[in-house]
Amino acid sequence: MTTQVNKDLTYIKIGTLEDFRERMGRVIRLNEKEIVVFRTTDGTLYALDNRSPHRRGGPLAEGMVSGHFVLDPLYDWKIALDTGQVQAPDTGMVPTYPLKIEGEDVQLGLTLEQAGQLALER
Amino acid sequence: MGITRQKLVLIGNGMAGINTLEHILKLSPEQYDITVFGSEPHPNYNRIMLSYVLEGSKTMDDIILNSWTWYEEHQITLHTGTTITSIDTQQKIVFADNGLFAAYDCLIIATGSNPIILPVPGHQKQGVVGFRDISDCSVMLETAKQYRNAAVIGGGLLGLEAAKGLLNLGMNVTVIHLMADLMERQLDPSASAMLKAELERQGLHFLMEKQTAEIYGGERVEGLAFSDGTKLESDFIVMAAGIRPNTALASASGIEVKRGIVVDDYMQTSAEGVYAVGECAEHRGVCYGLVAPLFEQGAVLAKQLCGVQTKPYEGTQLSTKLKISGVDVFSTGVFLDQPELTVIRKQDDWKQQYKKLLLKGDTIVGGVLYGDVSDSSRIQQWVREGAAMTDAIYAELMGTAGTALSAADRVAQMADDEIVCGCNGVSKGSIVKAIKDNSLTTVDEVKACTGAGRSCGGCVPTVSHLLQYVLGDEYAGQKTKTGICGCTDLSRDEIVAAIKEKHLTTVKEVMHVLEWHQSEGCSKCRPAVNYYLGMLWPQAHEDEKDSRFVNERMNANIQKDGTYTVVPRMYGGVTTPEDLKKIADVAVKYEVKMVKVTGGQRLDLIGVAKEDLPLVWKELDMPSGYAYAKALRTVKTCVGQQFCRFGTQDSIGMGIRLEKTFERIDMPAKFKMAVNGCPRNCAESCTKDIGIVGNDGGWEMFVGGNGGIKPRIAELLCKVKTDEELVQMVGAFTQYYRLTANYLERTSEWVERLGIEAIKAEVVDNMDRRRELYQDILAVLAELQEPWSAALEEQGESSYLFEAIQLK
Ligand SMILES: Cc1cc2nc3c(=O)[nH]c(=O)nc-3n(C[C@H](O)[C@H](O)[C@H](O)COP(=O)(O)OP(=O)(O)OC[C@H]3O[C@@H](n4cnc5c(N)ncnc54)[C@H](O)[C@@H]3O)c2cc1C
Ligand code: SF4
Ligand code: FES
Repeated sequence: MTTQVNKDLTYIKIGTLEDFRERMGRVIRLNEKEIVVFRTTDGTLYALDNRSPHRRGGPLAEGMVSGHFVLDPLYDWKIALDTGQVQAPDTGMVPTYPLKIEGEDVQLGLTLEQAGQLALER
Repeated sequence: MGITRQKLVLIGNGMAGINTLEHILKLSPEQYDITVFGSEPHPNYNRIMLSYVLEGSKTMDDIILNSWTWYEEHQITLHTGTTITSIDTQQKIVFADNGLFAAYDCLIIATGSNPIILPVPGHQKQGVVGFRDISDCSVMLETAKQYRNAAVIGGGLLGLEAAKGLLNLGMNVTVIHLMADLMERQLDPSASAMLKAELERQGLHFLMEKQTAEIYGGERVEGLAFSDGTKLESDFIVMAAGIRPNTALASASGIEVKRGIVVDDYMQTSAEGVYAVGECAEHRGVCYGLVAPLFEQGAVLAKQLCGVQTKPYEGTQLSTKLKISGVDVFSTGVFLDQPELTVIRKQDDWKQQYKKLLLKGDTIVGGVLYGDVSDSSRIQQWVREGAAMTDAIYAELMGTAGTALSAADRVAQMADDEIVCGCNGVSKGSIVKAIKDNSLTTVDEVKACTGAGRSCGGCVPTVSHLLQYVLGDEYAGQKTKTGICGCTDLSRDEIVAAIKEKHLTTVKEVMHVLEWHQSEGCSKCRPAVNYYLGMLWPQAHEDEKDSRFVNERMNANIQKDGTYTVVPRMYGGVTTPEDLKKIADVAVKYEVKMVKVTGGQRLDLIGVAKEDLPLVWKELDMPSGYAYAKALRTVKTCVGQQFCRFGTQDSIGMGIRLEKTFERIDMPAKFKMAVNGCPRNCAESCTKDIGIVGNDGGWEMFVGGNGGIKPRIAELLCKVKTDEELVQMVGAFTQYYRLTANYLERTSEWVERLGIEAIKAEVVDNMDRRRELYQDILAVLAELQEPWSAALEEQGESSYLFEAIQLK
């Protein structure tokens, strides 16, 4: 969520631009956690938790991307890619993560805590 | 376009005529050049709702049915304010009062009726109007601002609605009726008395059994004098004493007219190429004055004009509802007591309810309801079907038991917290509230606003009953939106036509050129457009993965935990011990969560991790079972001739042959078949899209069955003698469905929409067409690839689709 942007973030490379294709979700896995990166038709990249906020859960990565929204593959909820906000009539919110692009490299911004956990794993 | 279209002229821009055109545009949009003449200066509007305009709950704009742009979009030439004055049935030309004329190949007369203005002395005075069109309605609205005392002549449906409207506009209103009972043509004396008492309570005055002898006054009316010598002062008079079919034009043009323009069961008049529909027509001696018959007539006429086979029009069973708030009245069929009829009656003066059912022998022939009309649709249905009276119906209707109510009437009694949409957990209360708070009028709007009906669709009928319950007749008159989803106003047919005409080749292009509201569409239209492109350009179209549902993109069924179900093909439900062993080994190795035998006779491997999918396919080394696809799923077979003592045909052999022939091809929706060796039907062919039953001399082919959300029993399409003929028929039928169905429309709905007769005409009776359809489907089949092996071959593709990026 947006608060994370203000904290100190560590950026980790998750791949290059060509790893992410238009309108297809790509899953990034760190430990138990799954983050999905979508690339919209206009080239913007977004990262969200790979989990539908629907009470029965399920992944988002296989959803159809339309404009700056993803349509939940299991329940057809419409979710804004930039804010993670679920669109009416449904309600809910998916955590989102900042991305930084340097040259061809795509970097995912994580809080110290998240990155620390990762370091431990290593 | 090089084709010359036939010229279709419509006289009368009203409800019947335009309804007929709408059907024609759906059935055969390219066939006719259409010209419409209408006396009124407006586009087509909903005449029924004039009562609401008068009452103040609707504006004129609200009741427009087809806007000017609709005529433009369909390239219909519309001449409003133009009255046709003669028809030359020899030269086939119509002439209008303003000098316009038009030649026709085909002419529809739909001139409606005129209100009967009683020819009593003084009837031409200012301040006397009928109640028929927008201009009458405007006069009433204006008059109410200046005058106080109104009289309505006629205590029928129309008169009472006019009277209530004028009362709402602040006038002092008296209804004058010739008979002893109000609405005597629809109600019996008991119900009529209750109605009168209620309307009096609401503020109307009544003078019953009064015959108007004279309208007196100067230039403008000042009052009425009756045949019994009494008088009533009044400065405004609405005549609602009945209607007369508007036949002057037809009879002046030499077309046979009795009370109305005489038509046969296909709406054809005595003149060649000239048809009549709606209130101006007389069919089997009956002229109708309500919309239900004109819709039925319009549907038959449209099919007739488009060369689609149709059942003849055989008349309509009428029923009536009064559109006055707080007064619920309903009647249908025979409603007056008669010595030869058995009458079941319940009168409750405390609750102000009245119920009556009339039986001829055991058959239900009519009914009357007052106060509580929630049983109306069921009674209407019983009368229409000629249902027999049973203890259950009696108990239900007379309130001694009353649990087994139909959905239609249950909604009124449902508790507010009762769940209507089980998939999304939406209650009656929240739907009703959403309808009221947001002035929703369509099922789609309810869907968008509450989520109800968005998943399996099973609750949609209840949602639509709820709309009806909240909106009353406003909903009945409501037109359904044509767009395939919220992203476009275009219908399926319009989209398909545009793709063809403009030669559009990608989803993106379609959405761009046809000006989608949402540039990349949604999960409804993207797969649909992708399908239509593939159907229209089988060779050229490159399938667009990002417009496929996840299941189809992954060639496996996604489960709620994000794992997948893998289902290998088992042609005809048959496997071998070797294959069984292989399946078991793979299941053990990849730790699938469950192995399950499906209803379609095969094995589900449930719970395969996404990244294991390619490995599982590779090790199985079997073709994909398409359990995820809008395509042929399974062909269920019985034991048949090979082993069964009853079997007369080799059902297993045929099942395998059909499955191998028709697997993999994209269809509008999932598709299932079954083959049985004899009429015992062990493979349950009656609930399949195509169900085949063997008999001694060959095969019977049933189509349009469904066992899902809306169960339906398949109908007989044809009988064939040889296996070859059967395969050809299956192919032709399937291809015809592929070409004409809406995306996601199962054959059950499709068969109902087109009618089995029309489908027979195309694939059974027309040999050339059948062969052509079959050749076409074979050509498409020849191009297809097995998706699992294809995905394995394209290594890059599969790694992108299946593997996550591991951060380490
Ligand atoms: C106030 C009111 C309330 C009603 N309520 C109900 C109800 O609740 N339920 C119900 O089922 N029915 C109701 N009806 C009846 C229903 O509206 C009619 O049955 C239906 O409109 C008839 O359709 P039609 O096309 O035959 O005639 P219309 O809709 O009247 O169309 C005929 C059109 O032809 C035009 N025309 C006539 N002659 C010519 C000519 N020579 N050249 C060009 N144009 C011509 C007319 O101007 C008119 O616009 C109501 C009617 C009224 C007036
Ligand atoms: S349908 Fe007939 S042939 Fe097939 S298993 Fe049943 S009884 Fe035997
Ligand atoms: S019950 Fe409402 S969509 Fe399934």
